[in-house]
Parts: sequence; C-alpha cells; structure tokens
Amino acid sequence: MSGLALQNVVKEFGSFRAVNNVDLNVPHGTFVCMLGPSGCGKTTLLRMIAGLDLPTGGAIRLDGDDITHVPTHKRNLGMVFQSLALFPHLTVGENIAYPLRIRGAAKEDQKKRVDELLSMIHLTGYADRPVAKLSGGQRQRVAIARALAISPKLFLLDEPLSALDAKLREAMQVELRQLQQKLGITTIVVTHDQREAMTMADTVVVMNGGEIRQAASPIEIYRRPADSFVADFIGQTNLLEVQADSTGRVEVLGQPIAGLALPAGASKGTLSVRPEDVHLTAPGAGALSGKVTFVRDLGGTIETFVDIAGRQIVAVSTPRARPDVTVGQEVGIALTPDVCVVLKK
Amino acid sequence: MRREPPQTLGDYAPLLFPAAMLTIFFVVPFGTMIAVSFFQRQQGGFYTPAFVFDNYARFLSAFFGGVLGFSLLLAITVAICCVVLALPFTYMLTRMGRKVQVLWLVALLSILSLSEVIIGFAWSTLFSRTAGITNILVALGVMSEAKALTPSFGAVLTGMVYQAFPYTVLVLFPALVRLDPTLTEAARTLGASPLKAFFTVVVPALRNTITATLIMVFIFALGSYLLPQLLGRPQHWTLSVLITDQAIYQSNMPFAAAMAVFLVLVTLGLVALTVIAGRKGEAA
Repeated sequence: MSGLALQNVVKEFGSFRAVNNVDLNVPHGTFVCMLGPSGCGKTTLLRMIAGLDLPTGGAIRLDGDDITHVPTHKRNLGMVFQSLALFPHLTVGENIAYPLRIRGAAKEDQKKRVDELLSMIHLTGYADRPVAKLSGGQRQRVAIARALAISPKLFLLDEPLSALDAKLREAMQVELRQLQQKLGITTIVVTHDQREAMTMADTVVVMNGGEIRQAASPIEIYRRPADSFVADFIGQTNLLEVQADSTGRVEVLGQPIAGLALPAGASKGTLSVRPEDVHLTAPGAGALSGKVTFVRDLGGTIETFVDIAGRQIVAVSTPRARPDVTVGQEVGIALTPDVCVVLKK
Repeated sequence: MRREPPQTLGDYAPLLFPAAMLTIFFVVPFGTMIAVSFFQRQQGGFYTPAFVFDNYARFLSAFFGGVLGFSLLLAITVAICCVVLALPFTYMLTRMGRKVQVLWLVALLSILSLSEVIIGFAWSTLFSRTAGITNILVALGVMSEAKALTPSFGAVLTGMVYQAFPYTVLVLFPALVRLDPTLTEAARTLGASPLKAFFTVVVPALRNTITATLIMVFIFALGSYLLPQLLGRPQHWTLSVLITDQAIYQSNMPFAAAMAVFLVLVTLGLVALTVIAGRKGEAA
C-alpha cells in the first residue's frame, strides 16, 4: 500500500501507556491532522513516525516497507518542530541547505534548490540573513522550507503554528494547506487547535488517552461524531441524556421526541445537538419547553442559553434570524431527528 | 526587570567595596611586581629601586624562550585535551536523568576538592613501576613486564588534564543544558546521523562557549607548578617553576617579576588573538 500505515502501535513509558494500540492508514498525498487535548499521545505518535521515539509494540510501514526500527536520519522525512529548531549558527540559506549538505549534494545544486524553496515561501533574497533577524512568520516558513528541501516522502509538523499570533496563524493554515496540495505530499500535523485541523485536514484524527477516538473527514467528524468526547471536543455541542421506553418512544429530559430512535436494543444514550441546529420556537406544540437564562449577542452570532429541567442548552443563530426573546421568557425548542446524533455510550 | 544606567556618583556606591578589594589585593601587588621587574638586583637577595631592562634582557635567551614555549604548548595541549574530552562527556551528561547528573557532578566536584599535591602523588603512584597500572596490564597479559610511566610528558599531561577536567565540565554544563535538544532532533530528521548532528549542530552552535572554555583551561594550566615537577623531568618544567625557583631559591625577585610580567603579557596577547579570531569567524 502506498502511504503510511500504523499497525497496533503501542508506546509505554514505564507502566504508563502513552499510545495504546493505534491503527491508522494514511494514503499517499493526504493531509492528516492529529487532534486532541494535551497528553493524549498525539506528539508521541508523531515522534514515533519520525523515529525519535521507538514504539514498544506494533509496526510502522511506509509504502509497504517496515520502518519501525529504521533510524530517523535514514527515513528521508521532513519535520517541523514546535520550537522550529532552526540552527542559530547558520543563515536562512544554510539552514534550508542543511539536509542537502548532509547528503553531500553539490554546491550549485544546493544553491539552486535553496532559491527554489525561498521563492516558494515568498522569501526570495533572504538566503544570507541570520535566522535571528527574521520575524516569527518568516522563521516558520524557513522551517517548512528546510523540512521540504529533499522533497521528503513524509512531512511531519508538531504544533507548527502555536507560536504565531492568531491572525498570522489563520493565514499560515491556508498557506500550508495550499502548499501541501500543490506538492501532493503526505502530511501529518499534530495540533490541539480544532480550527487548524478543520481548515487544513483531509482526515482529522481525534485522540484521547492514547487512543484514536475517531478518524474521518472534518465535516464527518463535526456532523457524525463517534462518541461524546469527539462531539464535545470538536466545536460546541449540547449533550443530552436520552431514554427509550419499552415501546421505543424516546424521551429527552422527560419530554418525548417524535421520530427519533435509539440503536436496536439500547434503552439509554447520549444525544449531540450542535447549537446552530437548535431552533427556538413558541412553547408547546411538539417542542421541549424551557426558560431563557442568558442571551450573548456577539454581533456575528447570537447565543441563547435555555434552561430545560435543570440542563442548559445553547442555541446559536445568525443576526438575520435573531430570536425575539428576553431573559426569563418561556420558549420552545424544536429538536428534529435529522440534527440529533445518537452517540455510543 | 528594566535596569537604568547609573545617573549620579551615588549610584556607583555599591561598586566601592569590590573596587577597593580589587585595588588592594590585585592592582597594588601587580603594580608592585611590575615595578620590581625593573629594579636592580643586589647580590645577597636584595634589590634597589631603579629602572633597568636587565631582567627582561636576560629573559630573552634560548633557554627561557624554550621554557616559555613549552609552558604555552603544554597549556594549549591541556586545554584542547580537556575540551575534546569534556564536550562529548558533558553533552551525554545533560541528556541523562537528573540523578545520574547529580552523581557525576558531585564526583567531579570532589576532584576539585583534592589538593594538587594529592593528585600529583596519586598519579605518580599509578604510573610507577612497582604499584602502577602497568601491573594490571601485565596481569591481563597485555604487557610482558611492568614499567614506570613517570616521569614523562604523558604523565604531566594526564595529571593536568585530570585536574582541569572538572572545571571544563562545570563551565560547559550550563551552556549544554540550555542548548535546545530539538536542534539535534531536527538535524536527525534532516538526515544527520547522531555523530554528524553533534559535529554540525552542537559544536558550531556552542562555538563561543568552546572558545571561552579553551581560554579558561589554558590560563588555568599555564599557572601549573606542582604537577610538572612531580610527574615530569626538568625539561617538562613550566615557566611557573622557573619563576618560583628564581624568586625563592635564587632570591632574584626582579628577574622572577620580569618573567611573571612577561608571562601575563604573552597570555593576554594570546587570549586577545583568540577573541579577535573568534569575532572574525563570526563576521564571515
């Protein structure tokens, strides 16, 4: 198989399992974002792919070859570190040429490639500057160019944009994605920023506790989260307990919802409803009824907090569909089956 | 914290105490020594104030020139040996667990607490024919017969490197600890073997530290006085030995002072050259 394959990869530090039986296929040319809270094992997994840490179990394959025990410097990959790790004693050009120099490339070839890469990252003419004189965004680009200098099979990035300010980060996300699509390079990014993952990835891998909770396209992850952790971690959501009685009638917060069914045999479950799918209506008439506790008007969106039987539900609407409600008012919430996702317990 | 430059004379007051100490215990004795180096020697161990260059003139002979040359060579060799040994050692040490680090640093500090005399006699025993390490080699069948390794240049060098090694590690340690470990990891992901990464990233990134350490060990070794006498032959004696000999046994203070001043000047010159060479290398 062309691409990267992780097979039952395990990493133990003493008695602690940082990565637990991870199976993942990354087809050639795809952009994968590994997303999760800190300590979920995503960085450890990336370091094992790079060969900086050795797995205690399982295998890593690249284009069908077992690379589990191939030393890092023979894997021909490119990696961008969170600290960027630019060599302070070298200039921009020398930094980018480093992987070529190490491999004994001719001086002219090095120079040609460096010029190519500099123009790719829009830093033409910066070759002779010391890296200390660059701005954060420029350093970021140099680190990317250095990692791509040998046209690696695998491009790994560990929280690459976390040191940049919010605006620059968003711009770099788009740029990085466009670059990856142009080069068609298999790319794996570790991040804890879900916007970053949604912006760039073909496949988002959500991790928690050393395990993959879901690996799917961004929209699939958002629309069809596999479990309550994923639903809660990606975007905002309302998680509600649901019960089914013996006749199959489903109740949410003690109020029945027509047309919703739990998986066969299940009598309990958790429902995820995205705030933008929560519609406020008049009380009664097939809707859950509750009381408005707070309205947060952010200009671009309006969040309405509704209390139903002690549970708080958030509804988000656009200014066009501004709900005409005030705090303390009784409102109804219409939950249609198509916006409700029943999660595995 | 933002620091403002001193505005009034009063702001310099905290400097008074160290300045006074430096003046009394360093500037005055050093000035006295420079003055004495121009004095006229009297037979019988005394000298009279004068301004003559006799002492310096006498120094400019092949014999003293040779001793000066040997002293510098020895100090440079010790400095290079120490840095070459201590740099990889300290690099490995910074990558070990905290407990191992503490253990090694305590061991190195305990070497520092040893007096030069003890170090000298310990090594002369280790290098002796009757009780030395060659006996172990004979027992292992590597050598056929035990022999004395001292007095020799190698013995002097070993003793001095042993003595200066802990200083070298202690000076290199903070710089290596501060060195971002992801730099070598990055080098490895970019295709450098661990050894290549060490020479293409760690060593160049620490060039200034290495230069400073070389200078420090060089100056430390230049003042060595006991070990060359305990472990070497007379041709391995350093200028410090000759200075002591002149000052104490020949009672020729002015000549001893002249030699000391000359040694200081040569040392300063060499250090200045190293610093200038380092600056040039950086600019290039």
